[in-house]
Amino acid sequence: MSNEHIDEISGVMTTGHEWDGIKELNNPLPRWWVITFYVTIAWALAYTIAYPAWPMLSSATNGVLSFSSRNDVKNELAAAEAAKAKYVAAIQSKSVSEIAGDDALREFAVAAGGAAFKVNCVQCHGSGALGSKGFPNLNDDDWLWGGKTEQIHQTITHGIRFAADADTRQSEMTAFVDVLKPEQIAQVSAYVASLSGPMHDKSLIEPGAKVFADNCAACHGENAKGNRELGAPDLTDAIWLYGSGEAAIAAQVRAPKNGVMPAWVGRLGETTVKELAVYVHSLGGGE
Amino acid sequence: MLDQTQVERLEAEAVNSAKLRQPLYVARKKIFPKRASGRFRQFKWLVMAITLGIYYLTPWLRWDRGAFAPDQAVLLDLANRRFYFFFVEIWPQEFYYVAGLLMMAGVGLFLITSTVGRAWCGYTCPQTVWVDLFLVVERAIEGDRNARIKLDAAPWTARKLFLRVSKHAVWLVIAVATGGAWIFYFADAPKLLGEVATGTAAPVAYVTIAVLTGTTYVFGGLMREQVCTYMCPWPRIQAAMLDENSLTVTYNDWRGEPRSRHAKKATAAGQPVGDCVDCNACVAVCPMGIDIRDGQQLECITCALCIDACDSVMDKLGRERGLISYATLADYNANMAVATSGGASPVNPALVRTASGSFVDGLAHFHLGKIFRLRTYIYLGAWSAIGLVLVYSLLTRERLELNVLHDRNPQFVTLSDGSIRNGYTVKLLNMIDDTRAEDD
Ligand code: SF4
Ligand code: SF4
Repeated sequence: MSNEHIDEISGVMTTGHEWDGIKELNNPLPRWWVITFYVTIAWALAYTIAYPAWPMLSSATNGVLSFSSRNDVKNELAAAEAAKAKYVAAIQSKSVSEIAGDDALREFAVAAGGAAFKVNCVQCHGSGALGSKGFPNLNDDDWLWGGKTEQIHQTITHGIRFAADADTRQSEMTAFVDVLKPEQIAQVSAYVASLSGPMHDKSLIEPGAKVFADNCAACHGENAKGNRELGAPDLTDAIWLYGSGEAAIAAQVRAPKNGVMPAWVGRLGETTVKELAVYVHSLGGGE
Repeated sequence: MLDQTQVERLEAEAVNSAKLRQPLYVARKKIFPKRASGRFRQFKWLVMAITLGIYYLTPWLRWDRGAFAPDQAVLLDLANRRFYFFFVEIWPQEFYYVAGLLMMAGVGLFLITSTVGRAWCGYTCPQTVWVDLFLVVERAIEGDRNARIKLDAAPWTARKLFLRVSKHAVWLVIAVATGGAWIFYFADAPKLLGEVATGTAAPVAYVTIAVLTGTTYVFGGLMREQVCTYMCPWPRIQAAMLDENSLTVTYNDWRGEPRSRHAKKATAAGQPVGDCVDCNACVAVCPMGIDIRDGQQLECITCALCIDACDSVMDKLGRERGLISYATLADYNANMAVATSGGASPVNPALVRTASGSFVDGLAHFHLGKIFRLRTYIYLGAWSAIGLVLVYSLLTRERLELNVLHDRNPQFVTLSDGSIRNGYTVKLLNMIDDTRAEDD
């Protein structure tokens, strides 16, 4: 090369580039570096042959190892299913109370049910199953339709007031706005509130008790302890699905909300519903 | 008068000597270290035997821990997350002991480096130990330095092929044994050996053996000094920890220069003559391919083999040992000042020797007090303090742990009678290798 320039100090050829008097030496690359470089190129080529890589018209080459991440997932899922098969078979063949009575099965069902709960149930009942207004808390000891494993199983299987299921749990509270006079509603609300808390206007209680006996006791019971056959709540405890206090009670008496829960068996299958029942039962309020 | 006829003169040139030093980019030049003998070589054989012994034998030591724990003295049980070290058993939440040990290792390296320099590199670093081992094999099969140089330059013959193949085969056997020994630290050694031999061990065991076999063979057999010079960060870190009172392998040019191959003639001609007879013994033994007479340099791992080489030359010449020696930079500078009249002249051996040939008074000589200085005491203090804290907490640590965790979701549940229910998770860890009753 005509413009070849040798750096005097190092005796090495320069690239001819110069910045403010600093010239770039043109040292040859270390041999190990060059070899590594070629090895990486060979590796990359081999990789594109071994694995899906080259784009074709409609898809890409499959690679000689026929690797596919979908297959990997499929295999892993199949392996997980196989590992679970023993428990799933046992759960299918046993009743929920038998499952709850067997330590290993219960542990498995609680784990599986917990996972299913997080996907299907938390939207209404909350991630801690704490519920909210209109959606029951599943941790406590107050059950509208019963807190035994079998009863919970029945509720999840067929739902509550779910029209599409013939066996659904059914009941409907009358809208008393058409039946009772406004002052009667005020009286009965005051009476119901007094059952679980201190009362301000004592004069309302006595007439309220009479209104209750005539109109409400049929479902909620003489002592207002509720009736699980009908899903009629216990009105003497501290737990209120639609809010506590006279105003909330009066609103519910006038135009009751009747909550709906879907039947899950068609969607989740018998096994998962059993697991869910055992899980909900295990939350602390199960009877 | 020096009688040089007894000293064998070697045709050795340091491939990395100052005048030959090339840019980093050129192809590597082969180094053929000659076998050294002397007290440092003896010491290195001993260190090599001990370190290799520790590495290969430790997993096979047994330690009875009863029915509930493995009986391997040193075991890193990753699957069950336990670390066993003789009478010590470490659980994951006690990982701070490992952190403490790492801190001690760090401060310990500061301490060692600031006092005796790159002793780690020269004696105990696995790279050094294994390269030494590989060189033993190379010498046994191909001969010492001159034979190896000749063999390397010779055309390929059946004999050369045989020697080369045998050498690499033995290297590979050592490499496999090295990779193989590693895995025994992570599982019950006798059982795992059986599994490995019958091909039933976990794939990770074989992969680990393969990878470590590869690295041992490549680093110990093929790359050798290149690892220390180009790959290892430790030389750079150590350079920052050395100071003028740290020991390093030093060529004492204040007594060696001017070196001469013809001392008699030179003396007769009235020229000054130093102790170095330029026999190149120090160059021939150097595993790093450097000439220590070029001064302190990055490549030097302070293996001290050049000290041994030169000491035996000095013995033959009837001179004091220590032309190459462990010395501090401070002593070296002081003696250089004497030998050069404070830098005014080139080294003049007449200035460091009396007429009768012994060293003049006022030369700095090494004694232990020089390396024990404030900095060393601080390192020593920190090192011991961490050690004492670790030992104390190890002796007094609780082997029973009870954790009570309040549930976060739900935080609390209101019950029908208006009372509140709180949920807790209780974790009980019994960390002794035995059952124990509730009241223990
Ligand atoms: S110069 Fe001496 S101490 Fe340094 S690596 Fe070479 S032989 Fe070892
Ligand atoms: S320093 Fe010692 S071993 Fe090295 S050439 Fe001089 S006399 Fe020989």
